[in-house]
This record gives sequence, C-alpha cells and structure tokens, in this order.
Amino acid sequence: MQPTFDYSAVDDILSLYGKKESNIIAILQDVQERYHYLPREVFPYLSGALGVSEARLYSVATFYENFSLEAKGRFVIRVCDGTACHVRKSIPILERLRKELGLSEANKTTADRGFTVETVSCLGACGLAPVITVNDQVYPAMTPDKASELITALRAQLAAESEGASA
Amino acid sequence: MEQRAFTTVDGIPVEINGEKNLLELIRKAGIKLPTFCYHSELSVYGACRMCMVETERGGLEAACSTPPKSGMVIKTNTERLRRYRKNILELLLANHCRDCTTCGNNGKCKLQDLAMRFNIEGVRFPNTAPQQQKDESSLCIARDSAKCILCGDCVRMCNEVQAVGAIDFAHRGSKMEISTAFCVPIAESPCVGCGQCAAVCPTGAIVVRDNANRVWRALDDRGVKVTAQIAPAVRVALGRELGLREGENSMGKIVAALHRMGFDEVYDTSTGADLTVLEESEELLAHLESGSDLPLFTSCCPAWVQFCEKTFPQLLPHVSTCRSPMEMFAAVIKEQEKTSSRTQFHVAVMPCTAKKFEAARDEFCVNGVPNVDAVITTQELIRMIKESGVVFEDLEPEALDMPFGVTSGAGVIFGVTGGVTEAVLRRLASDKSRGGLYASALTGVRGMKGVKEASVPYLDREVRIAIVSGLANADALVRKIIAGEAHYDFVEVMACPGGCVSGAGQPYSSSAAKAERGEGLYAVDRVSSVKRSEENSLVQALYGDVLKGRVHELLHVDYVKDGGHNA
Amino acid sequence: MNKLCNRDELTALRHACAGALQLETKRILVCAGTGCVSSGSMKIFERLKTLLEGKNIPVSVELVHEPHGESVGLKECGCHGFCEMGPLVRIEPQGWLYTKTRLEDCEEIVERTILGGERIERLMFQKDGAVYPKQDEIPFYQKQTRVVLEHCGQIDATSIREYLGFGGYSAFETALFDRTPDDIIDEITKSNLRGRGGGGFPAGRKWAQVRRQTEPVKYVVCNGDEGDPGAFMDRSVMEGDPHRMLEGMMIAGLACGAAEGYIYVRAEYPLAVKRLRRAIAQAEELGLLGEHILGTDFNFMLHIARGAGAFVCGEGSALTASIEGKRGMPRVKPPRTVEHGLFDKPTVLNNVETFANVPLIINRGADWYRSIGPENSPGTKAFALTGNIVNTGLIEVPMGTTLREVIFDIGGGVRDGKAFKAVQIGGPSGGCLTSEDLDLPLDFDSLKKAGAMIGSGGLVVMDEDTCMVEVARFFMHFTQNESCGKCVPCREGTKRMLAILERIVEGKGEEGDIELLLELADTITATALCGLGKSAASPVVSTIRSFRDEYEAHIREKRCPAGSCQKLKRIWIDPALCKGCSKCAKSCPVNAISGQIKQPFSIDLSKCIRCESCISTCAFHAIREG
Repeated sequence: MQPTFDYSAVDDILSLYGKKESNIIAILQDVQERYHYLPREVFPYLSGALGVSEARLYSVATFYENFSLEAKGRFVIRVCDGTACHVRKSIPILERLRKELGLSEANKTTADRGFTVETVSCLGACGLAPVITVNDQVYPAMTPDKASELITALRAQLAAESEGASA
Repeated sequence: MEQRAFTTVDGIPVEINGEKNLLELIRKAGIKLPTFCYHSELSVYGACRMCMVETERGGLEAACSTPPKSGMVIKTNTERLRRYRKNILELLLANHCRDCTTCGNNGKCKLQDLAMRFNIEGVRFPNTAPQQQKDESSLCIARDSAKCILCGDCVRMCNEVQAVGAIDFAHRGSKMEISTAFCVPIAESPCVGCGQCAAVCPTGAIVVRDNANRVWRALDDRGVKVTAQIAPAVRVALGRELGLREGENSMGKIVAALHRMGFDEVYDTSTGADLTVLEESEELLAHLESGSDLPLFTSCCPAWVQFCEKTFPQLLPHVSTCRSPMEMFAAVIKEQEKTSSRTQFHVAVMPCTAKKFEAARDEFCVNGVPNVDAVITTQELIRMIKESGVVFEDLEPEALDMPFGVTSGAGVIFGVTGGVTEAVLRRLASDKSRGGLYASALTGVRGMKGVKEASVPYLDREVRIAIVSGLANADALVRKIIAGEAHYDFVEVMACPGGCVSGAGQPYSSSAAKAERGEGLYAVDRVSSVKRSEENSLVQALYGDVLKGRVHELLHVDYVKDGGHNA
Repeated sequence: MNKLCNRDELTALRHACAGALQLETKRILVCAGTGCVSSGSMKIFERLKTLLEGKNIPVSVELVHEPHGESVGLKECGCHGFCEMGPLVRIEPQGWLYTKTRLEDCEEIVERTILGGERIERLMFQKDGAVYPKQDEIPFYQKQTRVVLEHCGQIDATSIREYLGFGGYSAFETALFDRTPDDIIDEITKSNLRGRGGGGFPAGRKWAQVRRQTEPVKYVVCNGDEGDPGAFMDRSVMEGDPHRMLEGMMIAGLACGAAEGYIYVRAEYPLAVKRLRRAIAQAEELGLLGEHILGTDFNFMLHIARGAGAFVCGEGSALTASIEGKRGMPRVKPPRTVEHGLFDKPTVLNNVETFANVPLIINRGADWYRSIGPENSPGTKAFALTGNIVNTGLIEVPMGTTLREVIFDIGGGVRDGKAFKAVQIGGPSGGCLTSEDLDLPLDFDSLKKAGAMIGSGGLVVMDEDTCMVEVARFFMHFTQNESCGKCVPCREGTKRMLAILERIVEGKGEEGDIELLLELADTITATALCGLGKSAASPVVSTIRSFRDEYEAHIREKRCPAGSCQKLKRIWIDPALCKGCSKCAKSCPVNAISGQIKQPFSIDLSKCIRCESCISTCAFHAIREG
C-alpha cells in the first residue's frame, strides 16, 4: 500500500489563495515550492477542490516550463542559454555539467536525486554572462572549469548533509 | 428602416444578416472556405489558419474570427492564399500518418479532402513524429495521436459542450498533444463515451470503435439467429449518405437492407421505448406521490448515466431505475427467445457510441452474456450496407418482423430532445383526445434548444419539467438543483445536443441538418396509427406474458448499487 | 505608519521624508540589482554596516522621517546598469562610483572615504590611463539620458519613504486632485508615449479606448514578462524603482476607470517579485493603494501574478489567459484586449517601462517629454547591451540615438579588439543589423523600416567570430521551444525551419534550403495567429538578407566562414611540419588518422569527429584547424 498522501499542506495553500480557478498557477507554484515538484496525488485533490478537470490541471502544468511532474534533485542547476550567455559560450558549460554528472537532455536528474541540470532561456543577468543558478543563487561569469569546481563543492556539501542526516 | 449592409466576397456583394464572422458570410455566398477548427457550436479557436482571406489592402484576416463589416471587400481565392494554404496543408501532412486507405476515417477526413482539393503533390519534410501507442481502452472511441492535427475541436467539444473534461491539450509547441490527465487510457478518464469528440474530429485521430465485423461473423454463422433493433434516430440520419434526403424516414429500406444482409428478424427500438414510457411514468407518479427523490432524472442516455456516476454519484438515487429502451427491449427479446434451439445474437443499431459501453455493463448481462451482443452505429450500418453491395435507394421498403414489430409514435420521438418527456406526458395526460396530443406537444418540450422548461398540471399540482441536452447544460442545471436554485419534478437529459438525432454514431452534419432529422421523427409520429405507448398492443400483451411478475428484473436496473464501478 | 487620509498628509509626509534625506549627509548606495547581488554586493552591504556601527557612526539603513540627527545613509539601491563592473558602490554627495568592489575594500571605504572624505582611485573606473571618479563622467554614462532609470542606483529600492523623499507619488497626487481622467489621457496622448513592449502602440490611444468602454469593471495590467533573451530593462525598473511603476499603473487606473491591476512578472525574476510585493505592501500601508485613496472615491488594488516559464505570455492575450489560470495561448483578435481583456473585461495592458514613463509625463508635461527624441518616437528608451561588447549593462538613451553611439561610445565597442559584425535587436522577434546600419537612429519607425524592431530593447552585439547561421538557428530553437503550439504555421513551420537550419550548421545543407526557409518564413509571417508567431522567422529572414553568403558557404562548401560551427571544423595535418611519428593516430578515438611512419600523416574527414585530441598530442604543431 502506498502511504496516504498528507494533504494538509495543500489545504493551507488552497486557503491562502481561495478555491478560484484563476489561482491555479499560483497554487501549483506553491505546491511545487513545497514539494519541489508537482506530486500526482495533488491533481485529483485540486480538481475536486477547484472544480476544474484533472485534464485541465495537467494541461496547465505541462504548458509552463517551470512546473515539473518529476521530483527534482537537491541542487537544481539552471544554465542560462539566453542570447547574451549563448554568444559568450554557455553551451560548453552545460556540456561540462552534464558530463560531470552523467546527465543528458532527456535525463535531467541524477539517480541519487542529488542534481538536476536544466537550461533556462534568460535569467536577465546578461551583464554577467554566462551565468548559471543553483537553487536560485546566481553564479556569474562561468566557465566549464568553474562549473567542474562548483560540482565538486556541491558534492562535498551533499555528502556532508547525508552524513549529518544519518548521524 | 435599418440600412442593409453588404460585404463584397470575390466581387459579389453579400448581405450581412447577423453573421458573427466572415466565414459564415462566405459560406452564405456559396463558397466552401477550407477550415479544420471552425464549428459554429464551439468557441472560435482560430488555429488552423486555413480560412484566411485577403482584404482589399492586401492584409490577411482569419475569416472565422473577423466580424463582417459593411463595405468590406475580401477575396477568398488568390495566389497568395492558395500558396499559404498549400504550405499549411503540407506542414500538417508532414507529421501525419498517411495510411489513408486503411484509416477509419478514410473518405470522411477533412485533411484528405483538402489535400485533394489543393492538389498537394508532395511533402518536402520528413515525418519526425514519435511513434505513439493507439488508445483502444474505450469500448466507444479509439484514439490515434499520429493522426491528430491539434485543431482542438475535441477538446472544446469535451469541455465546452459536454463539460466532461476528459481530454485537454498537454505540453506546448511542437510537443503539444491532446491528452487525458497524465496520459491515462481514455477509459480510465472521466470520459462518458458520448463520442462527440469523434464526431467533430476532422481526421481519424478519434474514431468510433467499429463492431461491424462481429456482426458479419454472426450473420455468416448458420447456427446463430441474428436479430436487430433499430433506434428511432437512425432512420432519419442514414439516408443521406445512401442517396436519400436528410431527415427522410428510411426505416422500411433499412429493414429491407438488413433482411438482405441476412438478419433473421428486424425490430424497432421504439417498441422498447414504449415499455420505458410506461415504466418511467409509473416511477414518476410514485416519486410525486411520496415526494421523495425529486426530481426524477431520465436514464435512457447511457452517457448521461455514466456522467452522473462519475461526476454526481450522490444524484444516482434520483436517476430513474428504468433500463434504456434498448436494454428493456433486448431483455424482453432474449427472454422470449431463450428456449429457441439456435444461439441468439442481438444487434442494436444506434445513433450512439455510449450504447457500446452500456451493452457491455454487467447489469445487462445474463450469465456473462450481454443482452445486446453488438452495438453498431448508424455509420457502421451505412458502411455495412455499402460493403454488402445492396443499392439502398433502390430497395423496396419492408415491414418489421413479428412477434415484436409493433410500434407507436410516442416511442419514435425518443430520438429527439424532449421526445421522452412528450411521450411520458401523453401517458400521464387525462385528456386522451387528439387535442390532448397537441397540448402535450405545445408545452415547450419540442425544439432543438439545449435547455427547455415545461410545466403541466397533474391532478392537483403542477409538474415542473426540465429538458436538457448537451452535458454542459446538464451539468449547469444539476449544479443549480444541488444549490437549491432550481426546482423540478422531472428532468430529461440527453448527452448529445439535440438528443439522439445528433448522436456521435450518426453521420456528421450541421445543426440545421440535425433539426431536420428531429422534424423527420415528428413526421413519423404524425403518420403513425398508434400515438401512445400504452396503446401499443404488443406492449400490453407483454405485460401479461413474458413480463408477468418479472417487470423489475427485466426492465429495471440498480445503478446506485453498482455505482459505476464496472465502468 | 498611519494611513494617509488626505492630500495634506501626503504632502507633509513627502516633506518629512525629503527633510530626513537631508540629514543623511553622506550616503553609500550599494547596488542590489540581480547582477551585483550575484557578485556579492549584499555581503559588502553587511560588512559596511558592521564596520560603520563598530565605529559608532550613526547609520540609517532605512529612512525614518521622525526628527533625528545626521547620519550616514547605507542603502540597497537598484541596478546602476554597469553590471560588467559590479559590485558597484556609489558614494554621495560626491557622486563617486566604486567598481568591482571587494569585501576587503570595505574597511578602506569607511576609513578613507566616509570618515576621511578621500577617494580611492583604485576602485574607480579607469580607461586608457584616465581615472573617472564621478559616475556621470564615465563614458558609459556620459552619453546616456537617464530619466526613467534616474532613481536606479540613486535611491533605496526598498523604501517608499525614500521614493517620497525624492518627490514620489506627486504625479499621482496631481492626477488625483488636479486633473480629470480626460486631462490625464490628453496629456499622455499629447506626449505621444508609445508602448515600450515592442509594438510601439500609442499609450494614450489605448487608454482612451479603455476609458470609452461602458463595462464598469476594468483592469490595468502591467506586462513584466520580459522574456526576450538578452533583455533586462524591465527587471531593473521593477527591482530598482518599483514605486515609479506602481505610480504609473495607479495613474492609468485613475484615467481609465479601473479599480484593480495586475503585475505579471516572469518567474525568473524572484528579486523583482520580492521588491514589488514589498512596494505594494508599503503603498497599502500608507493608503496609497486600497479603498478611498487619500480620502477620495478612487479605489485601486494591485496584485502580482508570477509567470511560470512561457515566453509566449509576453503576448497580451496569452498573458491575460495566464493570469486567469489558463494555458498561455494567444487568442484570435478581435475582440481586442481594450474591449475584452483580462477576465473578459476592458483592459489597459502596457509594459513596465511604459508605466514608468507615466509619472514623468504627468509631472513635467507632454511638451518636455516630446523635447526628447524624434517627433514620432519621443522619449527615451532603455536598452540592455550584451554580447561581445566591452561594457555590458543597462543604458537609457533618447530615442533616435544611433546604433554607433550606443555600441561604440557607450558600449565601448567590441570586446577583445575583434571586429563588429552585427547586432541583434528585438530578441527572437527582431532582426540583425550590420555595420551598414550603424548610423541608423534607434526608434520605432526607423528600425521597422530596416526590417528589425525595437522590441523590448535587447541589443546583443556579435563579433566577427559569430556565425550568423548559427545565430539564426539559436533564435529559431528558442522560438520553436517557446511556441505555444496553437496555430499550425508557428507550431509546424518553426519546427521545419529549425530542422533545416540544424542541417545547414551540421554541414548537411542542400541546394534549395535557403529558398525553402524563405518560403516557410513567408507563410509563417503572413498566417501565424499572434505577433510572436508572425515575427518568429525574422531572425532568419534578416540574416539571410545580410549574410546570404554565409548560408551559401555552409550549404555549398560545407564551410563556416566564422569558424564557429563545430561540425564544420576541418582538422588537417600540415605535411611540411609532420614528422610521421604516429602519435596523433594513436590518440584518435575513431581511427581517422593514418599514414606511414616518417611520412606525413593525413586525416580522413569523413571519420573525424573534430574532438581535437590529436592537436594537443602533436609535438610539432603540425595539426591545424580551419
């Protein structure tokens, strides 16, 4: 048996926004903030609460780039491939990150759920191109080598965290 | 006097008479403007860009979304427009499965038709669409995404007209597709099998499941006795594709065709409808008397029953326990023939896709065998007739078979919205004269409107009636009833807008044509000698015979108990 | 703080705030724009605070208007625009700008500059041996006319009191008490303010159309979905001077009869969302937003809607659909947004920069506004200057400034001494301009004539090493990825154009590809449903127009003239230098190199994967690229 899903967090979000169809996106955003993705269990629940078909919710969730139906990694690395970053060579950085983590365009999250690597069309930090973000913190003027160093540092953090958790 | 306004279409001034958009006006001018995504009954989507027209100044406008203006001068067929249309068609074809000859929609496909009209001679782009599994989980419809052109007609139908919300767009851009939530098989979605998505689908992306082969097999088997019942709406919708007029009653020819194809006996579902009228009238009276579980909802429409089960399960005690006419009739026929030495195979010819699902419900099986062995739609029957080679228009009409070939006008009008109610009113009316008949017809039950209301006196009270067709209308009405904003005693619901004449199993046609079919049914009623269900001598006899003591077992069903769990 | 109940209370508060500002005799403005924050400016802010407090110097991080003594103001300000040189710290009253400030510099800043009044030349912008102490004197700023961005970098972006102290909400006050809605619309119309979001539609006309609608419920919507890659003007305003934008929206609400407004901000701008939320809360607290504003009958509420990652939501009807909780798919027009916009109600939809212009016009008048820039495109325009340019950053210049002035005078020319090749303007909807267009004035009409568009104002400079076919492919990839998928020409057409471009940059282009691209471009441009679709092919068309020879070189000679397309790189062994040692052959992962020992080796290009591993192994530098 699957453990039953705890909807209390969803209830809090619903009461914050009100059960209005127009708040679907804000509600999904908060759900995603809470769970780091949109758990499937949430859809029938929201469908009932908002009076909107599940297919419609799924349709909205899959339209917008920022929603994820799959659990993401502890560190979400987003490589900006906006024009400014692109002309200042953001793709080699992306390739290096993927190589370091064994990821690809289709496979964005590592098996241990440590890292997710995505591209983003522009972070609006073009003055510092090329940039990447890790969990929304901006890292400016990146190079492939700096990216490798960053991964090493984040791996160490991850290891320290799991040690802390098991201790 | 109001000034008359004109738009010039290809040099011809066309008067504007309340047309909402140029496309309607251009059609009025006798020009078949190409379009995939425009349907007058759906919201304007404007996505296929095929209906673009050129204005005087060389600008391009989508005709479907541009209101006609006085003095406007447009051209519908210029070198540029042809070029763009061809390009759009080529782009659509590039992604499209092009196995036309084996497609369920072969010959009826708009894409095929337009590719032909615009003489598309080649496609310069490779088909890079990913392979996708067909969804054949539903008994009613089958989906094949490889044939989808994303016009969104099905989505708007499912959401706007039917309020079912089984499907919607998913993803975006070139990854966009039509999908259920999380791509679950359609049978596991809120789909009720009404099939209206298939009716508006311009290609073979959503088609009605075809059961003709099962019927052919039974017909070929000498050890099997094949009987058929023909639903009321079929007789007025089938003819046009076989050389007759839209709305023309072709029942006699259908009987003749089925005989030629090898059916042993052919009956009319309206006989079953007469049973329904008698049972449902009794039930309504009981409800009125006790005052409980009002309003009473009709249960003839299997898509509505399933909608209720999936969306408003708390409402099921209000839904009539009467089986649908098809199932009542099938139960009686099967029961009567039980002792026959030959295996029975009962075919129902229906305007409806949801009937395919209804026939397979556990409630309507005896020892695991469904009372209706196969449901075929009007369209499948048309194909079978064509396949058999019988020249339909040359057939001499034949009469129904015995012992069940006795009908009434009341049963026939079941095929159009309001018909069930009118038939019940005829039964309940104390005035059994011709005047009484006219009175029942004039209560407001007739017409193709999606929501109708009527109020008739019965004994010392008024019976408040609502008639809705189209599930979005039903959904809105039910919500009002639940909220206590509306009060009725009897509610007739048909899932398809306009009732069974507009069923998804019928050949696709305009709303005007659907209304003509409705008129066709009223015409049949007018010339029938028996107008009231209770006057059907066969039905009377059945109560004294096969139904004796078994009315509940054979004619009723308990949806509450099953709660739709076998859906 | 108490709600302001009438005009006098607002005026009084403004005076108090201005007075309090006077008491901040020295001010340190630390840039808290996204750029500088990511370079560590907030740490600098904290360090400065600790240092000042440690020395018992009175610091005011927040402007308080109750009477108090003199203090040093230490503020988080909006983006200065010179992101390249960040973290930036501005020192007032001298107007000095410290660039590339490090944590280690803080002590010195406090000691020498704040306490000693000396300047630290090391931290000042230097070029060709000259030191530029003052911000205004730096070439990057000298040619700019900062009016919309006047507060960005000058005031605390998180304080409504500071905004008030600088005269904030006076335009709204004037509009509310001294003008009728028609007066306001007349002024905006007279100013000929044109929408800064791309189309350049006159804002006054739009407002008048909304005002005319009889429907009682109307909306004001601000488009802050600045999705063009390489553009961040709106972000800077939202982050650096949020109240000015709010004020503009309030004036629009007043003029058009709307009581509610929405700000749609793209999800990639979390800081902007934070600043706007704070600004709205502050305005509500003061009663500048809410019911019976300043004791009048005017009610106005503002909400923030966060985008969720869809470029197409920059299109008006897609944006309103998104606020309504739907898929952001544009709908057919008519009806237009001014008639049936958000929630099907008449809606004024303008972008951030447009709204930010409004208070200026009300305060200084339409005549003043029209004195800036050309007749048909008056005012200033903010541009984001990025790409292969020396000074990347955010600038504001009068409309009609030439491309040359922007790129060479303000931007400092192309990086690393490379030659200028082209500039992409207007993002994926725009076109590219070449050196022939350098004297083109940047305004709506001139650019349109040149086959580009001002768009939201992204300028991406490309040097001689940039392959224009690849640039076209990049934009097409973007557009294709961001197409909503609704209409056939955009959904299918861009996909096919991208596939062709991908083939070309991989050296698999075929004769006829250019013509096919142009044919598809024509169909898409003519028939797509929305503005984004109609302009989707522009980068391809404009690069074919200006750089057709580059396309042809890729297709016919399988050669990338800029030498940037990876798949077209040729690696060859110079027989004159090769000693035939076979080291390269052993290093080749695909056995593409062969030869006889002591004879020159050669590379089979059909096998070569251009991994370049052979180049580094060759001791004789005999292996070349090109």
